[in-house]
Amino acid sequence: MLDKFILQHQHRKDALLEILHFAQEQYGFLDKDVLTHVSDSLSLPPSHVYGVTTFYNFFKLKKPGSHVVTFCLGTACFVKSVEEIISTVENEFNVKRGETRADGKLSLFITRCIGACAMAPNAIVDNVVVGKATPEAVVNKIKSVLGEEKVEAD
Amino acid sequence: MKPIDIIKLAERDLDQRRSYKYRINVCCSSGCLPFGAEEVLKAFDEAVKMMGVEKDCKVARTGCFGTCSVGPAVVVEPGDYLYQNVTPENAREIVKEHIVKGKPVKSLLYSNDAFFKKQHRLILRNAGKIDPFNIEDYIAMGGYSALIKCLTKMTQKEVIDEVTASGLRGRGGAGFLTGQKWSFVARATGNPKYAIANLDEGDPGVFANRTLAEADPHAIIEGLLIAAYVTGIEQAYIYIRSEYPLAITTLKKALEQAKSLSLVGENVLETPFNLAIDLRLGAGAFVAGEETAILASVEGERAMPRPRPPYPATSGLWAKPTLIQNVETLANIPPIVLNGGAWFSKIGTLKCSGTKCFSLTGKVNNPGLIEVPMGITLREVVFDIGGGVPNDRKFKAVLVGGPSGGCLPESQLDLPIDYESLTKAGAIMGSGGIVVIDDKSCMVDTAKFFTDFCIDESCGKCVPCRVGLAKVQKIFERIMQGEGRLDDMSVLEEAGNYIKEASLCGLGQTAPNPVLTTLRYFKDEYVQHITEKKCSAGKCFKKG
Repeated sequence: MLDKFILQHQHRKDALLEILHFAQEQYGFLDKDVLTHVSDSLSLPPSHVYGVTTFYNFFKLKKPGSHVVTFCLGTACFVKSVEEIISTVENEFNVKRGETRADGKLSLFITRCIGACAMAPNAIVDNVVVGKATPEAVVNKIKSVLGEEKVEAD
Repeated sequence: MKPIDIIKLAERDLDQRRSYKYRINVCCSSGCLPFGAEEVLKAFDEAVKMMGVEKDCKVARTGCFGTCSVGPAVVVEPGDYLYQNVTPENAREIVKEHIVKGKPVKSLLYSNDAFFKKQHRLILRNAGKIDPFNIEDYIAMGGYSALIKCLTKMTQKEVIDEVTASGLRGRGGAGFLTGQKWSFVARATGNPKYAIANLDEGDPGVFANRTLAEADPHAIIEGLLIAAYVTGIEQAYIYIRSEYPLAITTLKKALEQAKSLSLVGENVLETPFNLAIDLRLGAGAFVAGEETAILASVEGERAMPRPRPPYPATSGLWAKPTLIQNVETLANIPPIVLNGGAWFSKIGTLKCSGTKCFSLTGKVNNPGLIEVPMGITLREVVFDIGGGVPNDRKFKAVLVGGPSGGCLPESQLDLPIDYESLTKAGAIMGSGGIVVIDDKSCMVDTAKFFTDFCIDESCGKCVPCRVGLAKVQKIFERIMQGEGRLDDMSVLEEAGNYIKEASLCGLGQTAPNPVLTTLRYFKDEYVQHITEKKCSAGKCFKKG
């Protein structure tokens, strides 16, 4: 699939971002093998491909957890105290921002603005937006997607 | 398709639109979708069929009305009755009472007229009125007639002259005269020439461009077509944030439909004019909205700015002349062509004509997307349109211009909104973010938040921005840990001014604004943090 897409773009170097987008859509994240393959196919140095990939926040180099909660940390959400909700989730589910829990079940990411500022603060739990969020609402939503009543904290 | 065919199409579609007694517009843009707009749309569709009024009443998927805090929002025409927080049950009730019996359901209506009173909808003229997935809806409202006028009745120079006469300035933030930019590109030597429509709305707290793309994608495309036609461009890119999936889908669909009516592609409307338009996705880099950084990104490189001159108008994409224009600027073009530059120049102020979209958010009763004439005061925006601060809290500051804007206090609220006044007060127009801050927020903490943001988003190319901002951050950390010194304030000010003057691009040149304006207007809070080690908002010095 990826090769076909690269061929569609005639191995053009300036299609690098398009190709990285496509690869991430296909595989969920961009690991070393994918990046090496892209650099070979476009005859670009691996360092260049790695440099471009890490420059942009949207590209993920690690496999995300099976469930993902993302907090919007845009200005409106900041002003509406989203930090308190993030800390609550970190403590409650034993996961740090930007990381995936050791059991691979939950990732906690921060994004810079989803543009739903009128509904701030916002959280996204497995692609569902929780608007006008409260700590309780987000914790309950995460619990329900994890399908567990209690989370052991070690 | 020839121009005359589009005119015929417009007449047919307008007749069709008028044949319905009622039209129910259901906002299905990113603000309303998470709260069940799709289900509401379905409920309206079913209710209209069930009650047998589908011949009298059209149910349409539309873009945003601006009242994003009361979604899902629905407007019933005629009369523009706006219903708020609509559920599928409400939908059935509205059809039964309003459509069948002709009695609006008062208990569900949005009662806040003040929100719309001072607005002037020019850029968002079609937002919430047309189905963005249906090009015929746009054509029925007079869409593409400005392009036809340019292609058939005006010379390229005449169009540029009208745009120059309108006084329209770039809405991306810098405020450069659009007509002047066009004549630079038109005169530039080099072939081919390129255009980039900038939809990389990276400012957190800003969603005006996204709303425009989701509500009225053809307004952007038509503006781009006209710009390309008069400057001799045959290849254009729309650079859009990857975080805006619905806007991307909407634009893709709009481009397909425009191509099928030969409005985009080779021989536009059977004239010698060609324009290919391709989408380019951003990937979450704030700096990519800067005009030289966007060039690098479209070329598949890291979005790092480069020094100017040479300006993109002479040496842009692949070192060829390139016109870079914000999408909001482009959406102004069709009405200017149709009504003339003189008409446009009468809206707004003398130096700053037209209207501007603002995303009004934060601690304000009526958050949402607004469009106001230039020159309106901040007080009118915050208190009249926005309805003031909720929960009996006290207004403290308003942040204008995004993360590198300025925090302005009550005493500056009578400032008219235009490029010069805002810059003088220490803020910027930016991409049009207005965030209201109440007394629960600490201004030192707020200034640090924006500094952190700009550090994250700094590309690292030039020293003042990369190193200077890190130094500023260190001083903030010290103050917030109770180890601040009184001379920290003058160091912050000095560093801030150096960063402003010496940085390469707009990001660094504006990044210290929140620090400098909070120092200018909220110095007491810094002094309190440093000498008393106290934060009256209760944000800093928390144990833990």
